[in-house]
Amino acid sequence: MSVTDAAVEAAGPREHTQPIVNNFSIQVATVNGSGSQTANLVLLRSIFQMGVPVAGKNMFPSNIAGLPTWYTIRASAKGYIGRRKEVDFLVAMNPETAKDDVASLAPGAAVVYDEPLKLNTLRSDLVFYPVPFDKLMQPITHDAKLRRLVRNMVYDGVLSRLLSIDMGQMEKALRKQMGKKQKAIELNMSALKAGCDYAEANLPKQDPFVIEPMDKTAGMILIEGNAAAAIGCMMAGVTFVGWYPITPSSSLCESLIDYLKKYRREPETGKATYAVIQAEDELAALGMVLGAGWVGARAMTSSSGPGISLMAEFTGLGYYAEIPAVIFDVQRCGPSTGLPTRTGQQDILSTSVLSHGDTKHPLLLPASVTECYSMAMDAFDLAEQLQSPVFVMMDLDLGMNTWMARPFEYPTKPLERGKRLDAATLKRLGEFGRYRDVDGDGIPYRTVAGDGMPAYFTRGSGHNEIAQYSERAEDYARNLDRLARKFETARTLVPKPEVELVATGKVGIIAYGTTHWAIEESRDQLRQEARLETSYLRLRAYPFTPEVAAFIDACDRVYVVEQNRDSQMLSLLRMECTAGQIAKLRGIPHYAGLPLDGRSVTEAVLKQEG
Amino acid sequence: MSTPVQPSPAPGKKINRIGLEPVAYRGLKTTLCAGCGHNAITERLIDAFFEMGIDPSQVIKLSGIGCSSKSPAYFMNSAHGFNSVHGRMPSVATGAVVSNRKMIAIGVSGDGDTGAIGIGQFVHLMRRNLPMIYVIEDNGCYGLTKGQFSPTADLGSRLKTGVVNDLPPIDTCSLAIELGASFVARSFSGDPKQLKAILKAALSHRGTCMIDVLSPCVTFNDHDGSTKSYSYAKDHEEPLADVSFVPYFEDINVDYDPGTTTAVTLHNGSKLLLKKMAEDYNPTDKSRALNLLRESVARDEFATGILYVEPDKQDFLDLLGIVDEPLASLDASRTRPGKAALDEIMESFR
Repeated sequence: MSVTDAAVEAAGPREHTQPIVNNFSIQVATVNGSGSQTANLVLLRSIFQMGVPVAGKNMFPSNIAGLPTWYTIRASAKGYIGRRKEVDFLVAMNPETAKDDVASLAPGAAVVYDEPLKLNTLRSDLVFYPVPFDKLMQPITHDAKLRRLVRNMVYDGVLSRLLSIDMGQMEKALRKQMGKKQKAIELNMSALKAGCDYAEANLPKQDPFVIEPMDKTAGMILIEGNAAAAIGCMMAGVTFVGWYPITPSSSLCESLIDYLKKYRREPETGKATYAVIQAEDELAALGMVLGAGWVGARAMTSSSGPGISLMAEFTGLGYYAEIPAVIFDVQRCGPSTGLPTRTGQQDILSTSVLSHGDTKHPLLLPASVTECYSMAMDAFDLAEQLQSPVFVMMDLDLGMNTWMARPFEYPTKPLERGKRLDAATLKRLGEFGRYRDVDGDGIPYRTVAGDGMPAYFTRGSGHNEIAQYSERAEDYARNLDRLARKFETARTLVPKPEVELVATGKVGIIAYGTTHWAIEESRDQLRQEARLETSYLRLRAYPFTPEVAAFIDACDRVYVVEQNRDSQMLSLLRMECTAGQIAKLRGIPHYAGLPLDGRSVTEAVLKQEG
Repeated sequence: MSTPVQPSPAPGKKINRIGLEPVAYRGLKTTLCAGCGHNAITERLIDAFFEMGIDPSQVIKLSGIGCSSKSPAYFMNSAHGFNSVHGRMPSVATGAVVSNRKMIAIGVSGDGDTGAIGIGQFVHLMRRNLPMIYVIEDNGCYGLTKGQFSPTADLGSRLKTGVVNDLPPIDTCSLAIELGASFVARSFSGDPKQLKAILKAALSHRGTCMIDVLSPCVTFNDHDGSTKSYSYAKDHEEPLADVSFVPYFEDINVDYDPGTTTAVTLHNGSKLLLKKMAEDYNPTDKSRALNLLRESVARDEFATGILYVEPDKQDFLDLLGIVDEPLASLDASRTRPGKAALDEIMESFR
């Protein structure tokens, strides 16, 4: 049972007279590889098409077939799209987990289940809807494989009836999902109708959950963050992609490959204006990207924790030899292999200083699919402006789950290609020094092979301003100081945080990435339930911009909420804050592998606020 | 693209077909040990690029880490160079060549840089048949860390300290042939004529040219008991053929006896003439090449010359189907799709 609407739901088992409209969560428990994804997306999309804000989250195993999977759809009239812990409506399709799934429900929840599982004997405080799935499938197809794949559409039909989801919307969503596969559409429609008809004839409504049409999703899209980032990369004019498959980032490059094939071939010749290479490992992936960036390509790779660790050496080379590269880290749970299919924000600290020696790298921190798109473009511009690797820190929740968004806007800004030496500049400077700071911003001019400008020798070993090998202490220190100065310039170029300072809100919250969605909901809960007004700063990049220190100064206490054990962003803040500012910082870490929910933040804040 | 400055040399000065003097192909002064085989290889590279009339500004030089990998600094100062990380030059070269297909890429590696830490990237480079020249300056040991064995050291070879190598060597040429490199050769830094001919032929080929050059380490691996010393190499080198190279731009009538000489026409029209020496050898026969390498090892010889060549094999750039211009220099008008494309994509998510 939801505990968010405390006034309505505090009294234990519900009276069914009062409907709960557009504010509940549906969880479908299945076995992975059973084809449930189509059914789940059709369900999600149908509710979305009815104008009701939705969020879909897939909790899946690191496995291809046969292990438990849960898909949660949250409908929220208020537009909360973060995770909600409570499940109101369970579809229990997996015999392995059914008993536990039922046991975890709050009183008053409803359960649609496969009749032979006899779940109704387990508890008396829930609403049970038994459905004979196999029997309903019998007349639809004799093909055992098809039957297994289409069987899940039956629960969509049942839910359509029980939750008042318009069948026309279901059909529309199904057609959208299936494309032009007419035979598959017909088969799935039969299963959908069978479920709906069965529910109408046999399952009188006993629970309070209802979907009613709204107008809150008009014109919006449903998209995964990885696809959004891929579109951003293409619009950024990426010319080189080197990658190695890893969950949860693979679908970023796979989407990108599809888009590039479609939109980046020359119409006359069919030739590609890009190259994508699936490398032998992540070391090679980033090596290729640096080689490409070195000759002037817009180059990127995408990976996750273990791959990012392997990229450490090359990242250091990119930093020191000053070569642009865009690296997406779709974070998952570590350490080591960790939980490959669970989400987290655990690579923040290690990535900010990835590689040995004194290194530091800009991190962009998208919170939404829209920012996956826009920050992909920002990252390419920054990488070329700064001549350095730039990381885009996504996470599994953002990359692989389905989010609502306004359609992305076409970029109007021209590409930023950074300081490239040309004849006029060379004349003005008199002489080319690859690593000479001529503008005082720490960023030197560069040349690339084939541009007709003077060549230089690129190396990861010590070098002076004119790119000669040097072990002289003065050369080394001057170079490192300049790189530090360049990082200060990065501070002026990265996206600024979003700040909401509330006059009475002396309690501040700092968060970033997908944690934002929990904060949005938690701040409302704190206001409504505990009369606690909070100020909020959402970080959008590292290095920190001056707004961050000003925000901390304006608050009495600042909770830094993030999805890792060691309060990694808080650690980065401590490195830059004054003693007075540090004293105000309090960490709220979350590291369950599941996306953070608003209620957990509310509880953690209230516990510390006393 | 730059046009090379055409100097007007004093009469009698040696210039090549694009009007450059040999000095235009020189690099910094070497910091390797006097007598190091690597320096001899550098000299042959300078000769080959000069004689082929290749504009240094159209060349990129890449390397990994180690003594060998320092050498790109010692030739062609006006070419961009990249001394990358240990064993990972192949990936950097791949990104660079794919992103600017107009560049001629020369990679210099060592036996440790290739055979040990870099073996993973090496084998995948060979598979891709990326157009580049990949030279292994092979001395069977790690010079820069003072003489430890590398994976190309022969079984039973002995270090100065008395340590005996007890593992079999990796034959980089066999690997390269097996995995798809389309030009594979082995040579010796002490055989300047053959090495130069091989390098010039490599500059006429499209695809991966893998050239393993025995290059004795005078400081750590040039003693009795070493199988990578000058004297051992001189005693055991077994050239497969007398290699002559006839560049496409030299309008000369090539006269040879087809009974004793195999002629191979390379990508740019240059001709490779292989006059048979020890035995009947056909460098376009993959199985024969692999067998020969095995047989020569059994005879304690090291076979040199062009071991395998496949002049018409598709290279990686053709496989990728990329545009003819360098990807790196494409204008935004060709790399950022128009608004209609974005609108269409957005529509698909509604």
